Amino acid sequence: MDDILLLEAIERYLSGDMSAEERTYFETLRKNTPEIDQMVVEHNMFLHQMDMYSAHRNLKHGLHEAHQRLLDRGDINEGEAISTRGRVIQLWNKYKRVTAIAASVGGVIALFISGLVMYFAPSVNGNQLQQLSNDIAVIKKNQQVQGNLINEVKSKLPEGVRFVSGGSGFLIDPKGFIITNAHVLKGSGAIVVNNKGKEFNADIVHIDPEKDLAILKVTDKEFIPRKNLPYGIRKSASDLGEEIYTLGYPRNEIVYGMGYLSARSGFDGDSLSYQLQMSANPGNSGAPVLNKNGEIIGVLSTRQSSAEGVVFAVKSKNIFGLVESFRKSDTAEKIKIPSKSNLRGTQRKQQIAEVEECVFYVKAFAK
Amino acid sequence: MKADTNEQALLKGLANNDSKAIETIYKDNFNTIQAFILNNNGSYDDARDIFQEAMIALYEKAQSESFVLTCQIKTYVYSICRRLWLKRLQQLGRYSNQVDSLEETIAVEEDLENHEKRNAAFAIMDRAMNSLGEPCKSLLEGYYLKKMGMQELAQEFGYTNADNAKNQKYKCLMRLKKLFFTQYNIGE
Repeated sequence: MDDILLLEAIERYLSGDMSAEERTYFETLRKNTPEIDQMVVEHNMFLHQMDMYSAHRNLKHGLHEAHQRLLDRGDINEGEAISTRGRVIQLWNKYKRVTAIAASVGGVIALFISGLVMYFAPSVNGNQLQQLSNDIAVIKKNQQVQGNLINEVKSKLPEGVRFVSGGSGFLIDPKGFIITNAHVLKGSGAIVVNNKGKEFNADIVHIDPEKDLAILKVTDKEFIPRKNLPYGIRKSASDLGEEIYTLGYPRNEIVYGMGYLSARSGFDGDSLSYQLQMSANPGNSGAPVLNKNGEIIGVLSTRQSSAEGVVFAVKSKNIFGLVESFRKSDTAEKIKIPSKSNLRGTQRKQQIAEVEECVFYVKAFAK
Repeated sequence: MKADTNEQALLKGLANNDSKAIETIYKDNFNTIQAFILNNNGSYDDARDIFQEAMIALYEKAQSESFVLTCQIKTYVYSICRRLWLKRLQQLGRYSNQVDSLEETIAVEEDLENHEKRNAAFAIMDRAMNSLGEPCKSLLEGYYLKKMGMQELAQEFGYTNADNAKNQKYKCLMRLKKLFFTQYNIGE
């Protein structure tokens, strides 16, 4: 109880709430007892830290508010459309007629030119890009082989369904959320297989054909959630020439491949993806692309059929966008994306051993 | 070049946490910084982080008693942001040789060092506060940050009298001080 009174006295002394009499008394006390003196100094410093902390916090709050206000007013812009409605309407009223005339002239010309182009242009080869998911024929063959080799393992596939496509996928949340390509999931359901050949049932919980990404959730009771993930997902862009590697399932066994980042954009200037130089085969779709620090920088998706070793991967920052939109549509499930890689500075072989456990063979089926 | 009277007034406003002043400085400078960060491998989020960090550094400078800003706010903010961003890029292990220095810059290393020390202290206090748990956290926030009276706090938290609240506050404070000083002294 004494301590409480003493502390209260110190606080009153420091804030200048003491009467002159009390003050002199306290000051003599301070002079005569070094412990109290020490406490006063320490507490003064602490209170100063508290004040700074408080000011700092208020300022942060103020800055955040200012940012939001300016954003709302359109004084600053973060890539979305600028909302200066007043001006736009003014301009529209002023140039309505001119715009209408220009638009109709433009429309006629556009129609005419596109007609010309259609007439003269050679038919375009639609197969410039090849999606790296396995098609049914390949899988059929694989299944036969598998069936011959291990007859005793019963598949988790529901009865009477058939495979439509296959690819790779990797965990983004140790609870069992897996990222893969949207084009891998052509059918109505999917199962995933780990690197030891064990199958797990999974649900397709979110799919985004624009980004060509999808989220699967492993619903199988036999699935044992991991404590954490070895890799992190990179939020910022990666540099040209960065050395990269991937682990995926072009066959029933996991396969390693390496290469480098060869362009900042994908096929035909597609800014959602990178161009990579590496070899990849059908089945590699949805496989993670990692850099030497063990950060996932992209998701392997397509290759150029007319060129050798030209592969495209969806940039990893799209994963954040995907998870964000999933969060909006489903509030019950929370996905926590790992941002830090635990593999920094480790040898490649060790990295592979850890990453391997988080990469799955995704098999999609249809009834 | 001395900062003109208008800028002096703005800085004074900033030092007093005046939202009008903050907004004006924000509006005048943010777009330049955002363009700079975006042009140098950064994202919109990075731009906001770096800029707000620079604003805090400016605030700290404006608050110190020996404060003299020997250049325009614009130059100062740009210099801070440039240094912060270069550092961030380095930490990420990314290289950018195109960090342009066409704009006028001034030496801000010393200020940044001070700023980092304060940032560290802030982080320690924040962590200490957040690991306290309730009702300790809210109680101490009410007393030390919002400057509420003991009577008022007792009512808000439902203590039967101010003395009980005081007792609780004392216990919480001791815990906070312990948490804070162990971390803080390691940092030293």
